[in-house]
Amino acid sequence: MINKAQREVLVDPLVDNNPITLQILGICSALAVTSSLKTALLMAIALTTVLAFSNASISSIRNHVPSNIRIIVQMTIIASLVIVVDQVLRAYAYDTAKQLSVFVGLIITNCIVMGRAEAYAMKNGVGMSFLDGIGNGLGYSLLLIVVAFFRELFGSGTLYGYEVMKLVKNGGWYEPNGLMLLPPSAFFIIGLLIWGIRVWKPAQVEQPDFKIHEQHGH
Amino acid sequence: MSLIRDFLDMPNDSTQKTVIVATLLCLVCSVLVSGAAVALKPIQAQNKALDKKKNILQIAGLMQADKTVDELFSQVEARVVELESGDYAKDIDPNTFDARAAAVDPTQNVVLTRAQDIASIKRRAKYATVYLVRNAQQQVEKIILPVSGYGLWSTLHGFMSLSSDANTVTGFGFYEHAETPGLGGEVDNPQWKALWSGKQVFDEQGNIALDVVKSANPDSPYEVDALSGATLTSNGVKNLVHYWAGAHGFGPYLEKARSGGEL
Repeated sequence: MINKAQREVLVDPLVDNNPITLQILGICSALAVTSSLKTALLMAIALTTVLAFSNASISSIRNHVPSNIRIIVQMTIIASLVIVVDQVLRAYAYDTAKQLSVFVGLIITNCIVMGRAEAYAMKNGVGMSFLDGIGNGLGYSLLLIVVAFFRELFGSGTLYGYEVMKLVKNGGWYEPNGLMLLPPSAFFIIGLLIWGIRVWKPAQVEQPDFKIHEQHGH
Repeated sequence: MSLIRDFLDMPNDSTQKTVIVATLLCLVCSVLVSGAAVALKPIQAQNKALDKKKNILQIAGLMQADKTVDELFSQVEARVVELESGDYAKDIDPNTFDARAAAVDPTQNVVLTRAQDIASIKRRAKYATVYLVRNAQQQVEKIILPVSGYGLWSTLHGFMSLSSDANTVTGFGFYEHAETPGLGGEVDNPQWKALWSGKQVFDEQGNIALDVVKSANPDSPYEVDALSGATLTSNGVKNLVHYWAGAHGFGPYLEKARSGGEL
């Protein structure tokens, strides 16, 4: 069905080479759209779609792109795809698209999309680039969903809009943590996740850039 | 065919190929983008109109789960009001008049001076669409006014529903804003919106008295509790209520309605 190389391209970005936790790309939107699962999920789908198709289309013309306008060509393709996705969302998922507001448009500036185009799609075939887009999109999605899960649960006491912990203001017991609804909380959660992943997979820990010399007694 | 072959065989970095690639790419992309925009426009416009109607119905308290929005909306009558005089503009069709488009059209708008512009909207249309809800006896039960004003990050667009005395608030809410979720975004919280019901916009002397204040007295007819952690959004809401109830907003219209004018 799918060979080893294809499997690797798809599965690698989930944990081993996750665009957010290892490549530290796309942090900005991960902070912005993860205050509820619904918005995170829609953003994840939008980004994965854009990433897969931009990778595929850039890869399909990679042998004929003049290198001096390479980045502009990539940007044009990405921007067009983002606008199309935005238009589709506004037509078919109006309410959630309203909450995502500007962030769908900002997929254009999401470093993951440019990063994968430049690092992978410019050097590999169409099929593999498409899979690489899906794989990295899924890596991004996975992290977004995990972050949104914690933020929505502790920030609003709900999951995907359904009440899990009854809030004090609705006559329940849970006092929501307002910090969880603010972007910095995503920073903390992503930080803890990176820590967790690096404990699990020590190979991801970077070598220090420099070492402090040991003090010698005189 | 040989033309295409020649093109593909050109060295990638030659000026000719660069220009051709750029042109072709722009053509393909613009066709894609404009195609999507044009093809999806009718559905998007429908969504927008439906969303607005839904909001009007929600604020009027007419929403029922088992009926469609259009069915329910048939009880609501749209009328266009000339804001300055407070009279109905009978020659403007409320179904086609778009106050938000008119507000940015120099031939149809009024630029507000700094002193007038407490809601920070800079300009407003000369006309506005109000929605009247009638009861079974054809008497006006609710007057729904469109309001807008600047909060912390964004212009809030919403509706305020008044009872037929043109003074008592029966509903209030926004259909479009981009305030911080969880803080200013709590303007959408049903509990907070419920605080507005029963409040009075004007005091006995006819001055605007409704205020959004910290630790409001829930028994006062003129005080609504501000949102915690969202002082600027709360101030924005207060300002927009004051603006739209005031002389440069619906003041003249409401004045006429209060003194028993035609609704």
